[in-house]
Amino acid sequence: MEDCLAKKMEITVSEAEKRTGRNAMNMQETYTAYLIETRAVESQNEGQCSPVDSLWRRYSEFELLRNYLLVTYPHIVVPPLPEKRADFVWHKLSADNMDPDFVERRRIGLENFLLRVASHPVLCRDKIFYSFLTQEGGWKEMVNETGFQLKADSRLKALNATFRVKNPDKRFTELKHYSDELQSVISHLLRVRARVADRLYGVYKVHGNYGRVFSEWSAIEKEMGDGLQSAGHHMDVYAASIDDILEEEEHYADQLKEYLFYAEALRAVCRKHELMQYDLEMAAQDLTSKKQQCEELATGTMRTFSLKGMTSKLFGQETPEQREAKIKVLEEQIQEGEEQLKSKNLEGRDFVKSAWADIERFKEQKNHDLKEALISYAVMQISMCKKGIQVWTNAKECFSKM
Amino acid sequence: DTSLAEANSFSPSLPISPSSMINQYKFEDEPELKDLFITVDDPESHITAIETFITYRVVTKTSRGEFDSCEYEVRRRYQDFLWLKSKLEEAHPTLIIPPLPEKFIMKGMVERFSDEFIETRRKALHKFLNRIADHPTLTFNEDFKIFLTAQAWELSSHKKQGPGLLSRMGQTVRAVASSVRGGVKNRPEMFTEMNDYMETFSHKINVLDKIAHRIYKEEREYFNEMKEYGPIHTLWSASEEDIADSLKGVASCIDKCCKATEKRMAGLSESLLPIIHEYVLYSEILMGVLKRRDQIQSELDSKVDALANKKADKDLFSEEIGKLEDKVECANNALKADWDRWKQNMRYDMRSAFTSVADNNLHYYEECLATWETFLASQTEDHHREEDSEDRP
Repeated sequence: MEDCLAKKMEITVSEAEKRTGRNAMNMQETYTAYLIETRAVESQNEGQCSPVDSLWRRYSEFELLRNYLLVTYPHIVVPPLPEKRADFVWHKLSADNMDPDFVERRRIGLENFLLRVASHPVLCRDKIFYSFLTQEGGWKEMVNETGFQLKADSRLKALNATFRVKNPDKRFTELKHYSDELQSVISHLLRVRARVADRLYGVYKVHGNYGRVFSEWSAIEKEMGDGLQSAGHHMDVYAASIDDILEEEEHYADQLKEYLFYAEALRAVCRKHELMQYDLEMAAQDLTSKKQQCEELATGTMRTFSLKGMTSKLFGQETPEQREAKIKVLEEQIQEGEEQLKSKNLEGRDFVKSAWADIERFKEQKNHDLKEALISYAVMQISMCKKGIQVWTNAKECFSKM
Repeated sequence: DTSLAEANSFSPSLPISPSSMINQYKFEDEPELKDLFITVDDPESHITAIETFITYRVVTKTSRGEFDSCEYEVRRRYQDFLWLKSKLEEAHPTLIIPPLPEKFIMKGMVERFSDEFIETRRKALHKFLNRIADHPTLTFNEDFKIFLTAQAWELSSHKKQGPGLLSRMGQTVRAVASSVRGGVKNRPEMFTEMNDYMETFSHKINVLDKIAHRIYKEEREYFNEMKEYGPIHTLWSASEEDIADSLKGVASCIDKCCKATEKRMAGLSESLLPIIHEYVLYSEILMGVLKRRDQIQSELDSKVDALANKKADKDLFSEEIGKLEDKVECANNALKADWDRWKQNMRYDMRSAFTSVADNNLHYYEECLATWETFLASQTEDHHREEDSEDRP
């Protein structure tokens, strides 16, 4: 990763702004634009600060970039984008895309996406990616000119379609199974986490009700009044503390979400392998059947049933000239087929090799990131406990003075 | 012996002010010498042709001379407790008789004879008897003694004596009537203050009751969700290699915190909810006591008015009025002393209940903190070990 783009260039998504404009159907729409700032990283000796370049991009442009990368580098586990719509929300967070908290978290997610791509040994060299960061006008046209949409295999999108592949690489089968499990378990975890957050919010907030009633009660008490009143204040502090705690936890949830979406990217690579293998097997099958046809025509025997054979039996045999012509066509096709099969085989092997290299890189990254995330979760819990101890120690002191 | 500990949790009786030194009261100049220990336990179900009911074992240990024996064991049902309470109210209309648990819980979540209901009731009945035992006057009440010592058939026959249902109803009617009349003219300032205090207190304690139950409910729902949270991490660890241990560690931490939250819930349910509930009942009792005092006073006032208007049978009236004046003075003094005592108890009970709650929460957070800190230490340990092993050639 020595000369990846991330080392040479500072990339940030520094701002988000609401915009109104006209969409393709000339209807007014509101969207958020994100400011991408880039700056060349100078070596320490020069000590100069290079100028910051910036341009605005909206989410749909990020999507376009990613789709391009997916099609152009099918053997790479392409980093995912932050979610399009707020999902796994608990009640306090709104599911509204315009909500400032959601926009803020998305800004961070988009920056993270760019950094991931920029630090990827293969993806960072891509020119379209570079232009995305540096070229404001005409970028969309540039991407479309690559014609990547034509290269896209629509079958990859059909997630449920199964292909009867006879000899897939076992590692990819296992990996696909893993990515399914990962996706399932992280979704489940995020759903339950949202419910837990909801309940935790409830517990904290309901303590806020103490404040008012303690205050009103303290008005009629002589000796108990001060203790009650000050205890009520601490209960208010306790109730208010949950907002920051849960906001921090959202960042943790976002880290998990990234790997939830990464699971999809993993599966895409496995599917690509499956498809290539399927095409390969189909081509081999086709070749075999053509060779068989050729043999049958040459020897005059019919080992397999064919409608043509039957009709020729019923309506009379072909002439030797006709047969010769057919054989010649078949022989040409067979030769083409053998060349194609050879190149497909090579393609397949190259794909497996380069894909597996990226998968190993991804696995290391995943293990590192998830472990860090779990550690940060523990740190958050510790902080929450310490706050709780402080508040309740104060409250206890007030209660003891009642 | 936990029953003794509970009995001792009731506040010590404080010396009463000299102004209320009337022969009704025992002047206590030394800290309580507890000579009456009561426990309520062992609920048993009884099924007859007509009904099903529960009896509780009431064990009394005493060194008092007026008791023939030093230990008694009897079985009592809820009805018997109701009877005792009404007898005490009759005998001491302006004393604060401790609350009994309600007949039914209308919350719909607890069945009439569920274990939870019976246990809650048992604890409340235990408290009820001990509060009477701690009360400087009520502890010497004759019906109380009979309640503690008489065998079942003895109690039944004793119950049949004395003023019955009708007279009790009469009292209630008069109390309602006097409240309809809109208060009492010559009510001393002190009792108006008490009334005002009780109105506010009653409102606040009811709000607190709702809040406390809300908190319990929220904590329980949080606990229910947490139960599912830990195991997902364990499930995930099955698909992983490198991070399996970290995931299992997190799962174990969450499970431990889950158990801690269950303890916190239980603590709330034991230390706060019953106390607040008792004081909800107390606020009703106190409003009743204040009304009865007003009613006694209004008896006097109406007689005084009648005298002023009639001007006939002066002698007869003045004797009656004299008696009523005594009655009012006794009632007022009794209430005043008991009020002070009640307020002290209330302060003590509230302080200890809320301090317990704070302690519960502290234990909860301390336990969770320790769990996560241990996990964190293990993770950073591994991290350093990994880094070291990477540096090695």
